[in-house]
Formats: sequence, C-alpha cells, structure tokens
Amino acid sequence: MSWLHIMVLVPFLFAIIVPVIYRMVTPRIHTGWFVLIVPSVIFLYLLKYIPIVSNGDSVFISVPWIPSFGINYTTYIDGLSLVFGLLITGIGALVVLYSIYYLSKLKESLHNFYIYLLLFMGAMLGLVFSDNILVLYVFWELTSISSFLLIAYWYQREKSRYGAQKSMNITIFGGLAMLAGFIMLSMMTETFSIREIINQTDSIYEHSLFLPAMILLLIGAFTKSAQFPFSIWLPDAMEAPTPISAYLHSATMVKAGIYLVARMTPIFGGTAEWFWLVSSAGLVTLLYGSLNAVKQTDLKALLAYSTISQLGLIMSLLGMGSASLYYGRGDEASMYAAAVLAAIFHLINHSTFKGSLFMVVGIIDHETGTRDIRRLGGLMHLMPISFTLAIIGGFSMAGLPPFNGFLSKEMFFTAVLNASDMSIFSMESLGVIFPVIAWAASVFTFIYSMIIIFKTFTGKYKPKKLEKAVHEAPVGMLVPPVILSSLVIIIFFFPNVLSQYILKPAMGAVLPAYSQPGEIEIKISAWHGWNAELFMTIGVVGAGALLYLYLKKWIGIYSIYPYSMTFNNFYNQGLGKMEDMSFSLTKRYMTGYIRDYFVYIFTFLIIIVGGSLFYFDGAAFDASNNAPVSIYEGVLIISMLTAALTVLFSKSRLTAIVAVGALGYLVSLFFVIFRAPDLALTQLVVETVTTALFLLCFYHLPEMRRKAERVKFRMTNLVISIGVGAIVAILALSANGTRLFKPIAYYYENSYELAGARNIVNAILVDFRGIDTMLEIFVLGIASLGVYTLVKLRISGRGKSERAK
Amino acid sequence: MSLLVGLFFAIGTYLILTKSLLRIILGTSIISHGVHLLILTMGGLKTGGPPLLGLQDLPFTDALPQALILTAIVINFATTALFLVLSYRAYKVLGTDDTDQMRGNHDE
Repeated sequence: MSWLHIMVLVPFLFAIIVPVIYRMVTPRIHTGWFVLIVPSVIFLYLLKYIPIVSNGDSVFISVPWIPSFGINYTTYIDGLSLVFGLLITGIGALVVLYSIYYLSKLKESLHNFYIYLLLFMGAMLGLVFSDNILVLYVFWELTSISSFLLIAYWYQREKSRYGAQKSMNITIFGGLAMLAGFIMLSMMTETFSIREIINQTDSIYEHSLFLPAMILLLIGAFTKSAQFPFSIWLPDAMEAPTPISAYLHSATMVKAGIYLVARMTPIFGGTAEWFWLVSSAGLVTLLYGSLNAVKQTDLKALLAYSTISQLGLIMSLLGMGSASLYYGRGDEASMYAAAVLAAIFHLINHSTFKGSLFMVVGIIDHETGTRDIRRLGGLMHLMPISFTLAIIGGFSMAGLPPFNGFLSKEMFFTAVLNASDMSIFSMESLGVIFPVIAWAASVFTFIYSMIIIFKTFTGKYKPKKLEKAVHEAPVGMLVPPVILSSLVIIIFFFPNVLSQYILKPAMGAVLPAYSQPGEIEIKISAWHGWNAELFMTIGVVGAGALLYLYLKKWIGIYSIYPYSMTFNNFYNQGLGKMEDMSFSLTKRYMTGYIRDYFVYIFTFLIIIVGGSLFYFDGAAFDASNNAPVSIYEGVLIISMLTAALTVLFSKSRLTAIVAVGALGYLVSLFFVIFRAPDLALTQLVVETVTTALFLLCFYHLPEMRRKAERVKFRMTNLVISIGVGAIVAILALSANGTRLFKPIAYYYENSYELAGARNIVNAILVDFRGIDTMLEIFVLGIASLGVYTLVKLRISGRGKSERAK
Repeated sequence: MSLLVGLFFAIGTYLILTKSLLRIILGTSIISHGVHLLILTMGGLKTGGPPLLGLQDLPFTDALPQALILTAIVINFATTALFLVLSYRAYKVLGTDDTDQMRGNHDE
C-alpha cells in the first residue's frame, strides 16, 4: 500500500464516518465543510505528480488483490489519468463548496448526499488510476451506481426515479458490454493489465476477436459518455441536484467514456474501424446534441443537450487523432496528434465553462424558483455577478475570444480540415462531410449559448411568474463559479503552460510515440493569421447571430419531427412492453397451485437426470454385483409392494396410515437381512413413533375424500410418477453396476484403535463424523420446537391465517 | 431391489401430486423409504457380515451407507413430524386439507 492507493480509498473511508459527523454537527455546521477536506487534500497531493509526469515518466504501484486470478490493485499515473484525477478532485472540491450553499442543512438529508458523492469520487479516482481492466470495470460500475443514487436523491419525485432508472439501465447495459469486451481482450493477450495489452497490440490485430472486442468496448464508452443514440439518459439525469449535474453529468462521470476511448486508442487506434466508429459517433452526437439543445426551454435540459454535443466533439477529436497511430511518426502523424491534444484541451475547457454554467443555472434556480426560460428574463440588473459569469461561460462555449473555448474550437476546426484532406480510410470521398457537420453544429452551439445568456438575463423582467423575490446569490455560492470562470480566461492567455505540463503528457499516454517530452511541437495560439479556421469562426458567429435573432420564425420546424420516432419513445415503449411480457409470462407458470410446482420439479428431475444419463451414456447394467434373491427377500418384496399399493389405492385414511407403518417395518426387516442391525433398530423405533403420531393426528384430520378429479389431472400425475420411478430405478441399477472407486469403508476398520468402538457405524456417527451428528441433533431440536409451537401457539385472527398460508 | 426403489419413488410421487395433505405426507414417507433403500443398494448388498468388529473374521458390509441412512432416518422422522403437525394446524385454521383451496387470493 502506498499513499497513492490510500488516496483512492480515502473517499470510501470518509464516507463511512459521514453519518457520524452529520449526527454530531447538525444543525450547527453544514456537513459539507468536513467533506470539502477530502477532495482538496487529494487535489493538492496529485499536484505533486505534475512535474514527474511532464517529464514523460509514469508512476506504477501494484498491490496484489486476488493474485490467483491475476487481479492486482494497480495504480498507474500517467498524463491521461492525472488530468482526470485533477479534474475529479478539483471540480469535486468546488462542487462540494457550492453544495454547502445550495442544499439546506436543515431540510436535506445531507449525509446521504455526501456519502453518495464520496462514493462516486472514490470510484471515479479508482477508475482512472487503475491499470487492471477488471478493477477498472468494478469502479466503472460503481460510478454508475452512485450516479443512480445521486439522480434519485430527491426520490419522492417521480421524474427523479424515472431518470435514475433510465441512466442505470443504459449505463449498466453498456458496462456489461464493456466487460465482455475486456474479457475478449484478456483472452487475446492473456493479461489483465492495460499496459501489457498495449505492448501486445501488434499480435492481436489479426485476431478474430479484435473487432467484437472493439465494438463492445465502444458500446460501454458511448453509453457512459451519452453518445448518440445512447444519449437519451442524460437529459433525464438532470433531475439530480444541480451540484451533481455539474459534477457527474458534465465534468467527470460522462467523461469516463472519453477516458476509456483515449485509454484504448493505443490498442485499437490506427485501424479504419476505430477511426470511423469513434469519429462518426462523435460527429453525429455533436450535431444531434446542438440541434436539440436549441429547442429546450428548461435551462438544465439545454445544458444537458449541450453537454451531449460537446462530448461528441471530444469523441470525434479522439477518433480523428487515432489516425496518427496509422502513420506512426512524421509530419502527418503529428498533424493528427494535434487532434488528440485538442481533445484533452477541450475536455478541460469544457469542464471549466460547463461547470460554471451549471452553477449559474443552479443559482438562478435557487434564487428564482424556476429554470424555465419562458418565465425568466431581465435578471441582468438583479444578478450582475451571475450575469457576468454566464457571459464568460456562454461565450467560451460558443467559441469566442478571449475565452478558452475559442482556442479549442479553433483546434477542432483545424482537425476537421486536416481530416477532410486525409487520404486513408476512404476519406477521399467522405472527408468533406467532417467540416460541414462541424461547422453546422458550431452554429447551433452558438445559438444555444446565446439563449442561455440573453433569454435569462436580458429582456423583460417578469416578477409575476416567479415565486420568489429575486436577488443575487450568497457569496459562497458565487465563489466556485468565479474560480472556474477565471480559469476560463487564464487558460486563454496562457494555454501553452497548461499544454506543457498537462496536455502533452496526456497526449503521450494516448499516442505512445509521443510519450517523451520534446518529441512534438504544438503551439496553441489565439492568433494564427487569416486562415480557414478563422473564417469558419467568423461564419459561425455571423450565421449564428442571424439565426438567433430570427429564432421565433424557424423554431417551429422542431415540432415537425414526431415524438413517436424519437429514441426516448422507443426506450419507454420497449421498457413497458418488456415489463408486460415478463409479467404475463411469469403469470402463466406461477399459478399459485402447489401441485403445479411439484409437477415442474419432477418433470425437470426426469429431464435432467434422465437426459444426462442418456447423454453421457451413464446407464450401465452390471449384474455381477447383484446378490441372488432368496426366498425371504422375495416374500418381503412382495409384501412391501402390497403395502405400498394399499397406500395408493386405499379409501380410508386408517388403512393408508397402517399400510405406511407396515411398509416401515418391512424396510427394517430388510435392514436385518442386509446386515445392518443398527438401522433395523432405529427404523423400528422411528416407525413406531411416526405411526403413533399419524394416528394422533388422524383424529383431527379429515376423511380422505377421493374427489372426482379430472382424468387429465390423474393421467399427468401417473405419467410423471412413472417417469420418476423409472429414472430412479435406472439410476439405482446403474449405480449398482458401476463402481468407480474402492469403498472407503476400509479406512474405518481401525475404529477400535482410534475410537474405542467395535460398532463401526456408531464410531462413524459419534466420532469420525461427529459434527454431522451434532447438526442432525440441531435439526431434530428445531423440528421439535416447530412442532411444539404449532401445537401450543394460539394466535388469533389475522396472524393465524397468515401462518397457515 | 432397484426396481423396488423405483416403484417406491413412483408411488410416492403420485401421492405427492395429489391434492390431499395427508396423502402428500404419506408420499414423502414412502419416498424416504425409497431413498434409504437406494443408499443401501449403492453400498452393495450382502457382501459380508454386519459391521461389528470382533464378531467374526469375515469381511463386513460397507458401513458408510449405513451411517448415512441412520442420519437420514432420524431427519426424516423430524420432518415428517413437523409436516404432520403443520398440516394439522392448517386444517384447524382453514378447515380444509385441499392444497388448492388453501391457496391465497387470486390477485396475489
């Protein structure tokens, strides 16, 4: 265990003591202040790795967990995981600070909230720092679960429950697909370590499982990162409290899919399938998200769609960057490597400006009581600071200078323009689509960014539609978005510092050819002459501004697309259908009649035992072990048959009981013949007591009525019972005919020396297998307790009937 | 011998599949007899004297199945007793011994 491992575990450990803290300090101090310590400390701790990682080194510490299966708890820090680790803890600290003011310490169940939050934080840290794919998978599912819990935090609302369930269904589905992909990967390479898999990339490329594993992994990544068409869960996840939306559903968890794609790029990248799957999914999502965002009226839904679209942008950049691996090194390779750098750059930028926008929306919601832009407007003078923050975040998202979004947007345009010139992967004919989609999506991105800013803050103030008197938020709530917004501006002016220490090492992790510093020179600058990218941006601003001004004229075209064709509708319908189907299916065989269940059990016995006997050719008859039947035995068998048949056909219960008793005595006689004196004795005693018991109850039990049962009913019974009988008979014969082992009874021959008993059976029971006998006595004791209570207990009314059921 | 075991099982199964509680109990009894004989058969029949040392210098029968059966007999006794009392109780409370009528509400 190193400090690094402990850092990953700290959130989990702290989550355990959160309820204690909550109980101690409420209502004096907000629990969040204590929770705040955790992400802050981890953040500061992780900072110390920046110099190491920026030198091109990585840290690798392994602790065996389940060594027999090759599963180790291995933490691995390189550029990529460090970026994520810093984001998780940095944004995490800000979000916790924000939540202190967002959630009331009196009304909310804060301990639940912070336990889930810490659970998520730990899971996410574990995810990005683990090198073992199975451990990674476990943490991956933990993030899904904690996301589910956090979305359903206000579980009394129906929409929260719906959104939570939806996100759970979709992300867990993807997670399972990913698990299958991981297993295929480990089958191909015979290791669970990502680094070792990367070393074997060349050898698995031709493997037949290569493509299935790639597709399954991508399903996992796309569900998590809300890529089209799995994106439908993200807007519904907005029912979570706003700090959670800012944290999980824009800054960190949804980027786990991006992380996975980036992590797997050295393995799968450089192939045409990977390039097309990742970049086209990204581009489609980019367009889909930005188109849908424009029509939203709920601010958080708008931000959700914009997150979808931005995630698509990052995904497509990673897809285009994977082409670098095809070229290996050289000018073309470094041209596409710039796309990977842009992806990571935009990832960070997105977290800053989107996090700050979410917090602003949370402030608006908190102060006005609504997030509906039709009811908002004219808040500029009432909330000047929030307005400034919204402008910074919104303009950055729209890709305007002087904000960091401008830089990464320009790099995105460079990447799509480069990609359209690409001469591999049949891009010659299709490449031109890339810049077109990118440009169109950027226009809509511009429009919805403007909607967020101007629809809420300018225009007419409508106090009558609001529930509260509006004023600026408390200072504490403004601090986190102010920090994020200042980062937005600082990054714009000093992008190359960030690039040197954080972005390039991360890129080196994605593209191993550039893992050493100084191998590639990519300068991020705001001004690079009058080139195509700049004209594209100007075009975006112009077209976007025009369309925004005439929004009312064309917004109606959205209603043309029918709801019944949306994926949301498919999801709801599909879920409903599945529930109905399984209900009716279950209803069909779970009849509630005990006899039916017996029929199932016996039928399966016949099928499985009989089937396996037949299948494995197990039915063997060997008469050599059989003992000859003497006259005594013949008589005994005949009388037993008679007794058994009497039970079957007797009309009177007395006859039946006596016949069963007789059967028992006959069995004990059998034991005598077969040299088992102890058994005979026991059987005699037990049979006597049992018969006495039967007769005791006989007095109370009703006459055995032979009901007019339907012929079909009785025929079924007959067939099944004959089947069971036949199967058991065959089984017994085969067991008799097959001797695989020497009997182990000879080991007990020295029972006299060991146990001081001449009776071997007794020695076995009380000495060699004494624990068994003790448990047997337990069973007897429990049964007698049951009998006693059933006889003595007198429960009145309801309890009685329930017991009888 | 094996055929006898099979027949026991057949009869027991048939009894269990009927609706009367008493017959079900009798059925389990018969099946358990069948089980005992089955275990005994598996150990091999009449291959020697009783498993008592010092009685005679003969090879004795396999003692292990006997020990198992002994346990089974006792457990069987316990379950039969419990079952019997349970059905007695059910009959007292519900006034029927038909498993179909004992079933709860239809919309459960």
